[in-house]
Amino acid sequence: MLQEESDLSLIIAQIVQKLKGSSLYAQLERQAWASLQRPEIRLESLKEDIKEFFKISGWEKKLQNAVYSELNVYPLPSHPAAPPEHLKEPLVYMRKAQGSWEKRILKSLNSMCTELSIPLARKRPVGQQKELLNKWNEMGTDEPDLSLFRPVYAPKDFLEVLINLRNPNYENGDSLSFRTHLGLIQVPLKVKDIPELKECFVELGLNTGQLGIDDSTQVPPELFENEHVRIGQKVLAEQDSAAAQQYIRQGSPTALRAELWALILNISSQPEDILYYEQLKTNVIQHDLLVDSLIYKDVKLTASNDDYYFVFEDYLYQVLLCFSRDTSVLGHFAYNSASPPKSYIRGKLGLEEYAVFYPPNGVIPFHGFSMYVAPLCFLYHEPYKLYQTFREMYVRFFFRLHSISSHPSGIVSLCLLFETLLQTYLPQLFYHLREIGAQPLRISFKWMVRAFSGYLATDQLLLLWDRILGYNSLEILAVLAAAVFAFRAVNLMEVTSLAAAEAVLADLSTLKVMPLLQIFLFATVT
Amino acid sequence: PFSLQNQNYKCHGSSKGKEREQRASIRFKTTLMNTLTDVLRNRPGWVEVKDEGEWDFYWCDVSWLRENFDHTYMDDHVRINHFRNHYELTRKNYMVKNLKRFRRQLEREAGKLEAAKCDFFPKTFEMPCEYHLFVEEFRKHPGITWIMKPVARSQGKGIFLFRRLKDIMDWRKGTAGKKFASLEAQPARAPTATVNPSGTHDTRSSDDQKDELPVENYVAQRYIENPYLIGGRKFDLRVYVLVMSYLPLRAWLYRDGFARFSNTRFTLTSIDDQYVHLTNVAVQKTSPDYHPKKGCKWMLQRFRQYLASKHSPQAVEALFSEIDNIFIKSLQSVQKVIISDKHCFELYGYDILIDQDLKPWLLEVNASPSLTASSQEDYELKTCLLEDTLHVVDMEARLTGKEKRVGGFDLMWNDGPVSREEGAPDLPGMGNFVTNTHLGMQGRWEVGVPGGAGGIQHSTV
Repeated sequence: MLQEESDLSLIIAQIVQKLKGSSLYAQLERQAWASLQRPEIRLESLKEDIKEFFKISGWEKKLQNAVYSELNVYPLPSHPAAPPEHLKEPLVYMRKAQGSWEKRILKSLNSMCTELSIPLARKRPVGQQKELLNKWNEMGTDEPDLSLFRPVYAPKDFLEVLINLRNPNYENGDSLSFRTHLGLIQVPLKVKDIPELKECFVELGLNTGQLGIDDSTQVPPELFENEHVRIGQKVLAEQDSAAAQQYIRQGSPTALRAELWALILNISSQPEDILYYEQLKTNVIQHDLLVDSLIYKDVKLTASNDDYYFVFEDYLYQVLLCFSRDTSVLGHFAYNSASPPKSYIRGKLGLEEYAVFYPPNGVIPFHGFSMYVAPLCFLYHEPYKLYQTFREMYVRFFFRLHSISSHPSGIVSLCLLFETLLQTYLPQLFYHLREIGAQPLRISFKWMVRAFSGYLATDQLLLLWDRILGYNSLEILAVLAAAVFAFRAVNLMEVTSLAAAEAVLADLSTLKVMPLLQIFLFATVT
Repeated sequence: PFSLQNQNYKCHGSSKGKEREQRASIRFKTTLMNTLTDVLRNRPGWVEVKDEGEWDFYWCDVSWLRENFDHTYMDDHVRINHFRNHYELTRKNYMVKNLKRFRRQLEREAGKLEAAKCDFFPKTFEMPCEYHLFVEEFRKHPGITWIMKPVARSQGKGIFLFRRLKDIMDWRKGTAGKKFASLEAQPARAPTATVNPSGTHDTRSSDDQKDELPVENYVAQRYIENPYLIGGRKFDLRVYVLVMSYLPLRAWLYRDGFARFSNTRFTLTSIDDQYVHLTNVAVQKTSPDYHPKKGCKWMLQRFRQYLASKHSPQAVEALFSEIDNIFIKSLQSVQKVIISDKHCFELYGYDILIDQDLKPWLLEVNASPSLTASSQEDYELKTCLLEDTLHVVDMEARLTGKEKRVGGFDLMWNDGPVSREEGAPDLPGMGNFVTNTHLGMQGRWEVGVPGGAGGIQHSTV
């Protein structure tokens, strides 16, 4: 009992500490002062009256949303004596692996830099600055020579690292048994099985209405859709983050999605935020970073070639270039197993006073990175809104897809979850694919790293991401990957090579995700 | 679908249905070498004939039609893919004329409100004969942008934008110049429409016919300066409408289509850059920015979804309803002029532009929409479109005549509006009337597609 209480007070203290630095705190303070003018505020019962005022005026709700947001994003302190690395990643061997992976990436970046004799960063001459400012809304028309640039790494490079991950404390024994894991990932992390997943994703059950299933044209809207939309509007009117998160587990109506996501991610477009974005834009104009070329290259290679996202090319530059300069992103490294790469001012190698994070936000883009942003262009078209949403999605979810950690939503756990589901519930398929040299993870890895962006049709992707937000977890990506394999199992059993297996799973654009998930979790005989 | 015993529902096409001869094989002819040939050759029971062989079905081009239709005898069952004088709808100057006339008629019969429903066509003037009227309008709105288009050319050829009368002086000095000069010398008068013995709709007076120079007719049209932009780019919509007859008017609307994007960002500062303003794929293909791997098209479904995430469902519904209105009114305006021959059907490609107020505008109607595929997705769209067209034409005499939907086509107009509900009476006066159109909504792969032997299998998940 005492432990819980002290835990709770620790949590509260931590949250208060965080919020004290936010603009919400300043606003609440201002509001409190302003409210003193009001007739209903009396000196004798000052505290209660102000609290009442906050409740009525909606400020309490805002505070509630902010607290809820903090609870969602920041992991709870495990033990008061735990060092900060434990918050990032409790397992030592994982931390070590992440560290060496980062070293490799940085080495690759530095060697590209030396090869091409391009500085990591430089100030733009005034003429170029003017030019860029004029072209800000159509950077896609630029065709800089990017042939010498290569992406720093691609998902498959990362997969190799994960495959070689081992826990030095774990002795598997050489003999094969029914417990042996036949997949590529060989670390002993706890993952959920279907009964546990059913509990976790209870709202996706067969008896609950879903958008993505119960809104198809054959189903009369009175049965589910109309009511669901009505509730959604109510949730938005109440501006309640927690309610929105619960609501969105059943999917978001297209017309409400932009607002709902903003509410769940606790994004409000205050003038400070717009100003902050403009500041970042100025940074982009003034300084040229090497990562900018990497971003250009990535957009040109991936999003510009996509049948649907090519239209949004310009927005992607506007978001990603600013993102790489946003030092507020550094905050997420407190709970990310990764650490921002450090670079040194020329000639001052090793001197800590001259160390800077590079890029300023500490995130080095890889091949396909721009696909995290592309689907959001369907929802927001003001650059600052788009930017805020992407940044929030990144520091809550996407970072876990390319850093090595033991977190249940981390990519390692997702891979293991995927493989375990397949091996346990589709053993014949799994064994067959393994025999022909087509380990399933080799095909599904890229889907999960990109959170399926660019593989699914946009409307389906957005329904999937609704659930990521709703459950505050990425596990659904692994479940969907397994469900896709289950769906195409018949064809996959016939193939005899990895290439053929890839071909069967090359086109996911016709898939409907919600029926797939539902069938896999709730309608398959286990 | 359940029993269609609704007396209020009118049949369409060949109500003779099963009485029609079931032919052993259907001889088709075409000169096109693209998606169409693939579709025709793959159709079971259809046999290709070439050169002088007798045919039951001919997908011809308009030049053949112009030269041969009038002296070709066709049996009752024979079908051909154009109406004799389709240009009443598809040539920009004739379409304008017909629409203006129809509008006046509507105003007389049903009042100003009803007539206003025809205001989906930007103000257009025929050149050179309406030059003076054009100048009057031009002077009323100084500074706006106008677009000059040749009436009969396609694929964006010969089009340019201008803002000052000076800009068209040079153009006037060209082939059309002498024409203008002669016109300006004469007092302005309303163009007389004379129908020549050869059947061509010709507005030249007998004096001008003496001119040796072939005059190309143009239209000057008010340019829509506030187009709806996606990703900063301008786009237009290509929608397919299949007309099976004009008297009575029976028209089908295809659910799929696409939005064609301009490769460059929209700006009014450079009206010389035709690549910015013209969205035809043909023009975009020659733009230096064009990368063939990059499609510049969105399927209509995607477009509709995009709109749905930005605007209220009512606004989106209203937009698509206004688009339906464009089809109906434009077809009605030429209904009495086009020679309705039972052998003829026509698949039109409508080009629609949306402005920032979500108002749709009609750019033009094409009698021979391109059937060449620019990508795999495009190939699939056009294949399905053509297969479904052939289903509706129904050479195999399989349809009952009561269908409201065949493949991806919805019966949009059957001598009157058609209701979406199964078995419901088609009376627009009734409160719950919803028209039977599904533009940009789920495609043809749904349960219960009637009349479909052959055709592509689609999984539903």
